[in-house]
Amino acid sequence: MRNDNMKIRIRFDKHGKIRFTSHRDVARIWERTLRRASLPVAYSEGFSPRPKLSFGLALSTGHESDVEYLDIELDPERTDVSMDLESLATELTGHLPVGMSVTAVSFIDRQTLSLQEAVTSCTWQIDVVDVDAETVVSAVARALAAETLVVTRERKGKPVTDDLRPLVLSLDVEGPIEADDTGTVAGVRLIAELGTQPRAVRVAELLAALDPPLTERRVVRLHQWITNDDTAERSDPLSAAASPAPAGAI
Amino acid sequence: MNSLWPQLEPLLPHVQKPARYIGCEDGMQTPEHGPGIVSWLLTYPDTYEIGLPNQGLQILYEIINERPDGAAERSYAPWTDMEAVLRRERMPLFSVDTHRAASDFDILAFNLSAELTYTNLVNCIDLAGVPIRSADRADNDPLIGVGGHCTYNPEPIADFVDFVVLGDGEEAVGDITELVREWKVAGKNSGTRAGLLRELSKMAGVYVPSMYDVEYDGAFLAGVTPRYSDVPATIEKRTVADLGDWPYPKNQLVPMTEVVHDRLSVEVFRGCTRGCRFCQAGMITRPVRERPAEQVSRMISEGLQRTGYDEVALTSLSTADFSGIENVVKSAVSDKGTGQISVALPSLRVDAFTVGIAAEIQRARRTGLTFAPEAGSWRMRQVINKLIREEDLYGAVESAFSQGWRRMKLYFLTGLPTETDEDTLGIAELARNCVKLGKTHKSSASVTVSVGGFVPKPFTPFQWFGQNTEIELQRKIGLLRDDTRRSKGVEMKWHDPKATLAEGITSRGDRRLGPVIEYVWRHGGTFQEWSEHFNYELWLEAMAAHDLDVEWYVYRHRTEEEVLPWDHLSAGLHKDFLWQDWRDALDELGLEDCRWTPCYDCGACTGYGIEHVVASATPPAGGSQGTGVDLSAGGSVPVVLQPRPKPEVEVAS
Repeated sequence: MRNDNMKIRIRFDKHGKIRFTSHRDVARIWERTLRRASLPVAYSEGFSPRPKLSFGLALSTGHESDVEYLDIELDPERTDVSMDLESLATELTGHLPVGMSVTAVSFIDRQTLSLQEAVTSCTWQIDVVDVDAETVVSAVARALAAETLVVTRERKGKPVTDDLRPLVLSLDVEGPIEADDTGTVAGVRLIAELGTQPRAVRVAELLAALDPPLTERRVVRLHQWITNDDTAERSDPLSAAASPAPAGAI
Repeated sequence: MNSLWPQLEPLLPHVQKPARYIGCEDGMQTPEHGPGIVSWLLTYPDTYEIGLPNQGLQILYEIINERPDGAAERSYAPWTDMEAVLRRERMPLFSVDTHRAASDFDILAFNLSAELTYTNLVNCIDLAGVPIRSADRADNDPLIGVGGHCTYNPEPIADFVDFVVLGDGEEAVGDITELVREWKVAGKNSGTRAGLLRELSKMAGVYVPSMYDVEYDGAFLAGVTPRYSDVPATIEKRTVADLGDWPYPKNQLVPMTEVVHDRLSVEVFRGCTRGCRFCQAGMITRPVRERPAEQVSRMISEGLQRTGYDEVALTSLSTADFSGIENVVKSAVSDKGTGQISVALPSLRVDAFTVGIAAEIQRARRTGLTFAPEAGSWRMRQVINKLIREEDLYGAVESAFSQGWRRMKLYFLTGLPTETDEDTLGIAELARNCVKLGKTHKSSASVTVSVGGFVPKPFTPFQWFGQNTEIELQRKIGLLRDDTRRSKGVEMKWHDPKATLAEGITSRGDRRLGPVIEYVWRHGGTFQEWSEHFNYELWLEAMAAHDLDVEWYVYRHRTEEEVLPWDHLSAGLHKDFLWQDWRDALDELGLEDCRWTPCYDCGACTGYGIEHVVASATPPAGGSQGTGVDLSAGGSVPVVLQPRPKPEVEVAS
């Protein structure tokens, strides 16, 4: 039964200096980490075999995250199905660079939708700087009251216009924040839930579309959500996909 | 404390590739600094991606940090966008390890592997907040040191540096640390800097340009002589006798962002005895010193396990000459502990044996195959002493195509001594023949021909040769382009002859080039290695502004009597050996590999009392050198240097 259930989903975070690495860099970091941990990753066939890893929505270079996800296909012939996922999480964290750690591991069903297909929205903590709280409050109020938030972006060399408003699921001003020694600087904190289907709205796009446009300083992805179409219930990608095997959440 | 990170962090979102500046590598160290500790900022004067993999810097980084009295951090040239940000914010060059300001270090040491990075060297010194000229520095300014292959002629940069280390740095950095520590502990008192430099100048392998006077005889150099009787007249390079004593890097840095050689590297030997006459590296790193085979195997398997890389490069010149190559490769690819890995051999001689090894090792991922025949005719290859017969090349190519490779790269030089158009066009002919061989296996077979303009280098037999003019190199490349245009399956790439000229100016120049380099830098000429930043007109303008003649510095043949700007330095090679080798080149006389044949007395072994250190006394299989191939003297045609067309570019005279 478990033998055809050889896929695991990993949740990890990314904070501090390492946040300046790109999505591609993170993929390479994971490839090396998995080899160092000798995890029996399945490889593609062919002339240049690649490990079968599948990453979720890209995190912009410079943004932090509490909730990144990675799906790994394991080679069933080399996988010990009774492996202890909790100690795997600890071992992987030991091989990851400072600032990245594994916060949960779970077996998932092979048929699980890919992260990119399944995730419907993300919650962001956005600290904006060089602006007073009233300006932020009014910019947010204007955006929420507006019927459309039109942005123009370039796609394949041609300008395309998009309306972001339907994808701004929530946008709240949490209030002014003071500088502290954890890297937080003085500014105003926003919490936003932004849709990812049919395409993921980027934080920078949203801030640029506000009136006046706001300048981001520290941005943290707090949640990724999968919304059930029928029940409209939100869940996170691990609990939504966890197979009967016990999840090694820590 | 002392970290610039809080100021730097908010700036990083505004520059390209911010991961260049964060450090965070696996293997990174954050050493203690203090009064009794000599701190080194090891800097590669090009981008992080190019500089990080540099093995020389990584070796010294570990050796210094292992010392209780040493601390080493690293820095790389900030890209132009970051430089603009630093200058705007009035922030200095910084280390990537603890983001400490460069001026907080006792020594800024640069690795110079390419002449076109000289303007970046000056830029980094300036960004550090240190006066760019040695003569203008105060007692408390960091010492500026340089090492690496370019420093075998450090005269063009002599004004900017306080000291130069010639040869292997493993032992020299320890000696320097001890001397500088005494000076630091004593308080770097006013007026003592000159005394420290004088002491440094007496240290083996260390050259302090300010301790020497330069005299000219018109345009010619009359001599570079010590200003004091206790300063040596000739500086010999440093040579470590046994690589087995130096198993570094032990913890190769694993960067978090992509770099040019993103893989494990294990140096299998240093030095080369093939005697290719154009190759400076092969001449200045003699004698051959092999790393013990079991140490190589251990460094591979431990390194792969530690780093998580799935590729290891065995580095050296002509790596298949390593006497333990077959066993090392076999044990690497069959090591169960490391999983499926591939082995890269960046420097390979051309023969079927090598292809066999390549096939064996690239089971995991088959990368491209590159051969460097260097010249298009057997005559030309005898002149340059790269004794690859056409049969060797075709054997290698046939073997590669039959084992599944579909494309390969061939490296050539043009502008070599005595080169005729027939020799140049031989490159196209070889390439077409290789494609023809490939087509019998695969209709899509193709060959990329990469052609570089030859720049004569110090301490080679070609140091007397007048470099081809930019116009002549353009013409030769044009010939090849025309000739290969209709050759299906042959793709041609070439190096910009204008950049070849700039490299030529700095390669064999003297101290009068200091102001030229400064001029190019002051006019924004950094990152000259990068085609998008290279500024040909600026170099010509700088030469003209200082009344220096490109023709004289670059295109002119030197005579036996001429004093060369590096004559007061020694790579262990007798000048009369190099001169004889130059005459032999003109006579199209090839020399066999001296590892397996009698000594030609180049001076490298005898001078340092070191024999070639090899594990096996028998030549490796394959190859045309040392394996009984007749290398009888070349053609009976009298050879003359090709007359050079007059340069059409305007140069100051």
